[in-house]
Amino acid sequence: MLDKNGIAKRIAKEVRDGFYVNLGIGIPTLVANFVRSDIHVEFQSENGVLGMGPFPFEGEEDADIINAGKQTITTLPGASFFDSALSFSMIRGQHVDLTILGAMEVAENGDIANWKIPGKMVKGMGGAMDLVASAENIIVAMTHTNKAGESKLLKRCTLPLTGVGCVKKIVTNLAVLEVVEGGFKLLERAPGVSVETIAEATEGNLIIEGDIPEMVI
Amino acid sequence: MIPKTVGGPAEALDGVKDGMTLMLGGFGLCGIPENAIAELVRLGVKDLTCISNNAGVDDFGLGLLLQKHQIKKMISSYVGENDEFERQMLSGELEVELTPQGTLAEKCRAAQAGFPAFYTPAGFGTEVAEGKETREFNGKMYVLEYAYKADFSFVKAWKGDEAGNLIFKGTARNFNPCMCGAAKITVAEVEELLPAGSLDPNEIHIPGIFVQRIFKGEKYEKRIEQRTVRTRN
Repeated sequence: MLDKNGIAKRIAKEVRDGFYVNLGIGIPTLVANFVRSDIHVEFQSENGVLGMGPFPFEGEEDADIINAGKQTITTLPGASFFDSALSFSMIRGQHVDLTILGAMEVAENGDIANWKIPGKMVKGMGGAMDLVASAENIIVAMTHTNKAGESKLLKRCTLPLTGVGCVKKIVTNLAVLEVVEGGFKLLERAPGVSVETIAEATEGNLIIEGDIPEMVI
Repeated sequence: MIPKTVGGPAEALDGVKDGMTLMLGGFGLCGIPENAIAELVRLGVKDLTCISNNAGVDDFGLGLLLQKHQIKKMISSYVGENDEFERQMLSGELEVELTPQGTLAEKCRAAQAGFPAFYTPAGFGTEVAEGKETREFNGKMYVLEYAYKADFSFVKAWKGDEAGNLIFKGTARNFNPCMCGAAKITVAEVEELLPAGSLDPNEIHIPGIFVQRIFKGEKYEKRIEQRTVRTRN
């Protein structure tokens, strides 16, 4: 089973040379730490920066330079700042190559829910609805089950949706899965995790074809 | 040069009344019009509708207006990190319209640019699209969203000149440029207010035509929400 860094490490392998990537809050943010250093990648944050770098050294933080998680950040050579409308032109106009975000639920038809638990938590969708409605290439980073042990990979989402039919790939602590016609196609197992364990933790239809390889991280 | 300079926040906010719709720039606490917010608190205007990506934190930003129950309705994309906000929302004291961030930005920009409405894919098939017109373009579904109509727009820039030209700094730019000229009156507050001719016209982000009043903010606290740093090895 993978921890948060493990999930981020596996997703980092999906990042290709020349990609502009938007990272969501939480596990997705960690992906930046594991991207190969021999490829050229720029990270976009929807509050208005392209070419995000690591956190600043202590004492060098600037209140005017933050990411979408409101964390202080730095910029790398080639970076740029822009306004919110232009930022979402990059996203809506499909200029961003890859979007990595977290989720509370994903359904086998590619629906995603990650912004609201009725009666419990309403923080808002932020940029998530724009991101999932527009991106061609969306990877969801999440745990396979919630804190109550219930599957987050469902036949149908039960929570209010963020977007419909948009998720293509999911990386969890147990597996890598692809959303295909008819369900979640199992692509890889996390180290030491059996197909049976993954099947048990998946409520939606799990498609298993042939031998399922273990992830190489 | 058409002069836009006003004496200070009191003059800049002249005409702000109960029940008005206001746009306020900023993302989280970054790039918020701190001095205009302080003046709104001082004026005590109430029943406001505020269009702002976030609602501040309990004791700063728009949280200061929430504390005084000056806001009737909040239009935002993300409202976490604010207990008083959550309390007022759950108790029904505060009306909240959650809007996808890109849609919020574009509803401002549309108002600025003279578009009455636009289609966006964001929110299609979700509760955000309920009751809204939808339409298919090239096999994909879109939701019709309308431009905002606001009375005042309060923005914060880094540098500005007497002609109302503005330059923003870092990610403090965010919603500020989109809100300039998107309301009947745009009030810009700046850290540095310079004579006309001091700024290179090539480097101006927002031309003064979009700004009616400009003043130098007395002070900026620039509070950081998440101070994240790395240590030197």
